[in-house]
Amino acid sequence: MADPMIEADGLFKSYGETRALAGVSFSVPAGSVLGLLGPNGAGKTTAVRILTTLARPDAGRARVAGIDVLAHPAAVRRQIGVAAQDATLDGLLTGRQNLVLVGELSGMGTGQARARAAELLGLFELTGAADRVVKGYSGGMRRRLDLAASLLTRPPVLFLDEPTTGLDPVSRQRVWEVVRELTGSGVTLLLTTQYLDEADALADHIVVVNHGQVIADGTPRELKERSRSAHVEVTLAGPGPEAAEVIESLVGGQVSVSDDGLRLGVAVDSAPGLATALVRALDQAGMLVDNIEVRQPSLDDVFFALTGAGIPGDSGGSGPPEVSAWPAGPGGSTAERESEGARA
Amino acid sequence: MTAIAQRPSDTAGTRRITHGVAERVRNVVSMTRRNLVHISREPMQLSDVTIQPVLFTVLFIYLFGGAIPIPGGSYTDFILAGLLALNLTTSTMGTAVGLATDLHEGIIDRFRVLPMWRPAVLVGRSLADLLTACLCALVVAVTGLAVGWRTSAGLLSIIAGFALVLFFAYSLSWVAACVGLNSKSPESAASFGFIVLFPLAFVSNAMVPTQHMPGWLQAIADWNPVSAVTAGARQLWDNPNPSASISAWPMQHPIEASLAWSVLILAVAAPLASRYFRRRTTE
Repeated sequence: MADPMIEADGLFKSYGETRALAGVSFSVPAGSVLGLLGPNGAGKTTAVRILTTLARPDAGRARVAGIDVLAHPAAVRRQIGVAAQDATLDGLLTGRQNLVLVGELSGMGTGQARARAAELLGLFELTGAADRVVKGYSGGMRRRLDLAASLLTRPPVLFLDEPTTGLDPVSRQRVWEVVRELTGSGVTLLLTTQYLDEADALADHIVVVNHGQVIADGTPRELKERSRSAHVEVTLAGPGPEAAEVIESLVGGQVSVSDDGLRLGVAVDSAPGLATALVRALDQAGMLVDNIEVRQPSLDDVFFALTGAGIPGDSGGSGPPEVSAWPAGPGGSTAERESEGARA
Repeated sequence: MTAIAQRPSDTAGTRRITHGVAERVRNVVSMTRRNLVHISREPMQLSDVTIQPVLFTVLFIYLFGGAIPIPGGSYTDFILAGLLALNLTTSTMGTAVGLATDLHEGIIDRFRVLPMWRPAVLVGRSLADLLTACLCALVVAVTGLAVGWRTSAGLLSIIAGFALVLFFAYSLSWVAACVGLNSKSPESAASFGFIVLFPLAFVSNAMVPTQHMPGWLQAIADWNPVSAVTAGARQLWDNPNPSASISAWPMQHPIEASLAWSVLILAVAAPLASRYFRRRTTE
């Protein structure tokens, strides 16, 4: 496995009475994408602020590109690109001026910064708005410009804090495409998100945080399987009284049948190839399947499975973390990390 | 894809980062230019260095000019140095408001994650404000000439008079920076102007000779740096300078006194401002 490019080790951070991080550890191997997943107030942004030299942890260590963030913040800044959750742009400058300023302040020559700015404005479809003042940009345009600013110096390590929150679906797709292109080029990326599908689509590895603690980590598939809350809905072409039996024998669980007997639903453990297996079994039993839908567990489902409680409201961040209901799933790494955090 | 390809990373290399002089200068130039663009976007920001000086010049000369006798010359010749000091002193409020605004908005986090020389945020601000102060000086001089201000001093001496006041304003802008860095909002930074800068400018010899003030107030006025700066400019411009007959040291040596004040203020306020900046940007 490649050396970790981003390492958080037992990070603690409180803002006044509010405990933002209570012993968070994770690492991101070079060239991979980590999705830091959690609801509002879970501590995602605080972790990013510490790793990007903006905040100092109360306890714990952090390294980026092998450099200690607390000891050598200036050296870390030469290795990272950051797109913050609140777009950090100068509202009175144009989009182009913003990018050129960032380039110059990063040590690029003005000509080089201008060329790179033009290239990124094109990439993010902002060329038409390049010479307009940023104050008049839409939320999506600001977000894309901020993302462009983070890529300006081609940093080997990137931090994107909720890069698609508040974006329309088209902009979201555009951001996804860019992130995929980036990861193909060997960049190490940490991205925070509230959306499981986003982490699923982009991340090699997911760390779920809640109340300032890591409550689960694994690949997207592992997490979804662990949450055991996918839902299958089958629509038959014609009535099939024995369909419920066939499905039950395959997945277990209580199958619900609609009044006309054509639609059947069941909660299942998410498993690869499940839809194929169901269609095949129903086909062999002589029933034609019109439609089959496997609804993947949402973040809410994952949270329910991991914590025994739904996603906490926006009031989250205070109170004891509800990790007691944590199921003994595969991979005891979470417990390990928590004890590491407690030591720090 | 080449457009977003990775820069070769140098992880094991130099960790102790120092910014060379050339890099610092480049960062300061970039930040100064950025602040000047701000001003060009909101020209009303400039009203206190353009409209206000014209207004004050006309008001003081025509309202008070006839009522205040100046020994050895006209009120117009007397007041110009005072108006320059008044306008430049109060315009340093812009530094406080500008910095408070920067800290208030997300842009400061962008600067903080860039590998830039951080003091460029402060130095760039102070230089942009010095340039607007130069504009202010020009407006005061032109308005003065239009309403009859005259000087018999040589060109170098005239320039030295302007430079003396501008240097003082520059040092004062670092005090304003300290205020801006400690303000909760741009609005509270603005109130600094009215609470501190206006009394500072008015309790001086800038508008009237101090001889007619009550004793305690005259003592304050004679030791007020604004008085030294104003008297220094009057002396350099060969304009009437009633303070010359006052025995307080700064009034006897106004040029030396104003340079000393400016250096002292700068020596205290600049390091303080960079400390406040570090503190304010640490979480």
